[in-house]
Amino acid sequence: MGILMWTWIIVGLTFALYIGIAIWSRASSTGEFYVASKQVHPIANGMATGADWMSAASFISMAGLISFIGRDGAVYLMGWTGGYVLLALLLAPYLRKFGKYTVPEFVGERYYSDVARIVAVICAIFVSFTYVAGQMRGVGIVFSRFLEVDITSGVIIGVGIVFFYAVLGGMKGITYTQVAQYCVLIVAYLIPAIFISILMTGNPIPQLGFGGTLSDGSYLLSKLDGLNEALGFAAYTGGTKSTIDVFFITAALMVGTAGLPHVIIRFFTVPKVADARKSAGWALLFIAILYTTAPAVAAFARTNMIQTLNDKPYASAPSWFKNWEETKLISWTDKNNDGIMQYRGANAPDGLENELKVDRDIMVLANPEIAQLPNWVVALVAAGGLAAALSTAAGLLLVISTSVSHDLLKSIFMKELSEKQELVWARVAAGFAVAIAGYFGINPPGFVAQVVAFAFGLAASSFFPIIILGIFSKKVNKEGAIAGMLSGIVFTAAYIIYFKFVNPGANNAANWWFGISPEGIGTLGMLLNFIVTLVVTKFTPAPPEKIQHLVENVRVPKELSA
Amino acid sequence: MATKENLEAYWKTNLKYLAILLSIWFVVSYGFGILLVDALDNIHFFGFKLGFWFAQQGSEIIFVILIFVYVSWMNKLDAKYGVAEE
Repeated sequence: MGILMWTWIIVGLTFALYIGIAIWSRASSTGEFYVASKQVHPIANGMATGADWMSAASFISMAGLISFIGRDGAVYLMGWTGGYVLLALLLAPYLRKFGKYTVPEFVGERYYSDVARIVAVICAIFVSFTYVAGQMRGVGIVFSRFLEVDITSGVIIGVGIVFFYAVLGGMKGITYTQVAQYCVLIVAYLIPAIFISILMTGNPIPQLGFGGTLSDGSYLLSKLDGLNEALGFAAYTGGTKSTIDVFFITAALMVGTAGLPHVIIRFFTVPKVADARKSAGWALLFIAILYTTAPAVAAFARTNMIQTLNDKPYASAPSWFKNWEETKLISWTDKNNDGIMQYRGANAPDGLENELKVDRDIMVLANPEIAQLPNWVVALVAAGGLAAALSTAAGLLLVISTSVSHDLLKSIFMKELSEKQELVWARVAAGFAVAIAGYFGINPPGFVAQVVAFAFGLAASSFFPIIILGIFSKKVNKEGAIAGMLSGIVFTAAYIIYFKFVNPGANNAANWWFGISPEGIGTLGMLLNFIVTLVVTKFTPAPPEKIQHLVENVRVPKELSA
Repeated sequence: MATKENLEAYWKTNLKYLAILLSIWFVVSYGFGILLVDALDNIHFFGFKLGFWFAQQGSEIIFVILIFVYVSWMNKLDAKYGVAEE
């Protein structure tokens, strides 16, 4: 059977599964719609969080990105996992104890202020929308490459599926589809990785094969360092970014992860505080399975790619090369007219020019074909990519819809809403959000791709400090929180906008403050938020007595009697 | 009993646990994986340079362990002070 046939079958089966789960888990109350009635088992929630968290970027792009930047790729590996330690230790148990539906709700009550709540809602919607548009685009791209439909139809099919289970099932439907999606995506990621690890190093565990030896007896990583240097690239295990920049980018990604509303709300769905802690551990374990495989895949794929293509005649290029040439993800220009494909870095010792253009996404997408794996494995990768994109999109859409129906309408503008009406509004908001996300997926505004990476900086500089201070300090007040959130997000957004859009020509280390790139500036924004919040608090009235009780109560799992 | 003193002692112990675990969290990632990476790279084990391994694999594995240690410490602490949920 051909690849296309296999892909339709496997993608079709997984979609049927998601729809089946959606029908089974329809939500009938706001509690079910917002937090799945707080009845989700901690391990199931761990899987759902894994799928919620790992997006099209983690699944499709990350390994390729690492394979091109080598050691510096660690900013993503550490940055996108280390945040879960912060979540488990500093946020999740206390927010679960608080026991409401949304992050802005916590901000609003802890800081006894509708203004603080509205600021938090705007931050949440802004962060979530930038993120979701990228996911829908990812869905469209997977459809067009693997199923040979155009991107627009691909996005519409994806939107239809998400619409169905997010609008019908709310958090309950999303949770159980995410559990299924985690299983699909992790199997799809591991099978090719294991095959390739065996082929290259003889070790079936990619994490060990990564440090293993090749058939010629040399260590994979030493071999790769040698290949890289011989072709004029930096050594694979050496870094090129400055230490301070690596430090700040890692911190921005970690803190941003811990501050992303769609991740935080997952911990509202478990029955107890102790479950919230445990669930964060399971979530990180499930995520780490992929995240420790990714750097291995990156090294395998790069070695494989260089060995199969570099200095080989184009006429005898493998068939996958010709297939992927059509997608323009890989291309060759014969600059010296010798019919041989030279792959070179900027300063190749032999002075030859680079002739191969390789897109980073190909490292995961074409990996099974490069390693000559069976057709059904290729199809599985397509289903995995879709699972990763759809599950993240659904989690984000839920944040947007709860922000609108619960934080804006029910709590501020339409207080007289009955629960039934609120549920209708939640569905309407989810429907609208899906439609807008789909629109952006089909017509991506130029800035989306660039902004997605910055959602982390914005989350780090707005939510994280004031949630932490709200739990660990009884003194911080609303004036401090509002000033802190605004200064953090405005500073971070301004720095990013300046270097990315206003004056992109100046976007280099010489002009950056302290050598920190826009990717890492969220860390500085976060520090600014902390400082502004504390200083303003010092000069403004202390919070009312009842806030002290609220904080004391949030700190212990059991309900305290007054 | 959840008296005021007890709750304060509970919170203090929690903060101590956080300090210990977050120090390890910082040392393995920002310390070994970023600030000291070049020095550690002089040490080899299997096919890895040690600093590179901490940056790309080791930190992630240790993060998972840290959370489960916290879970187990806190479950004991909750039981000791009688503040666990029923």
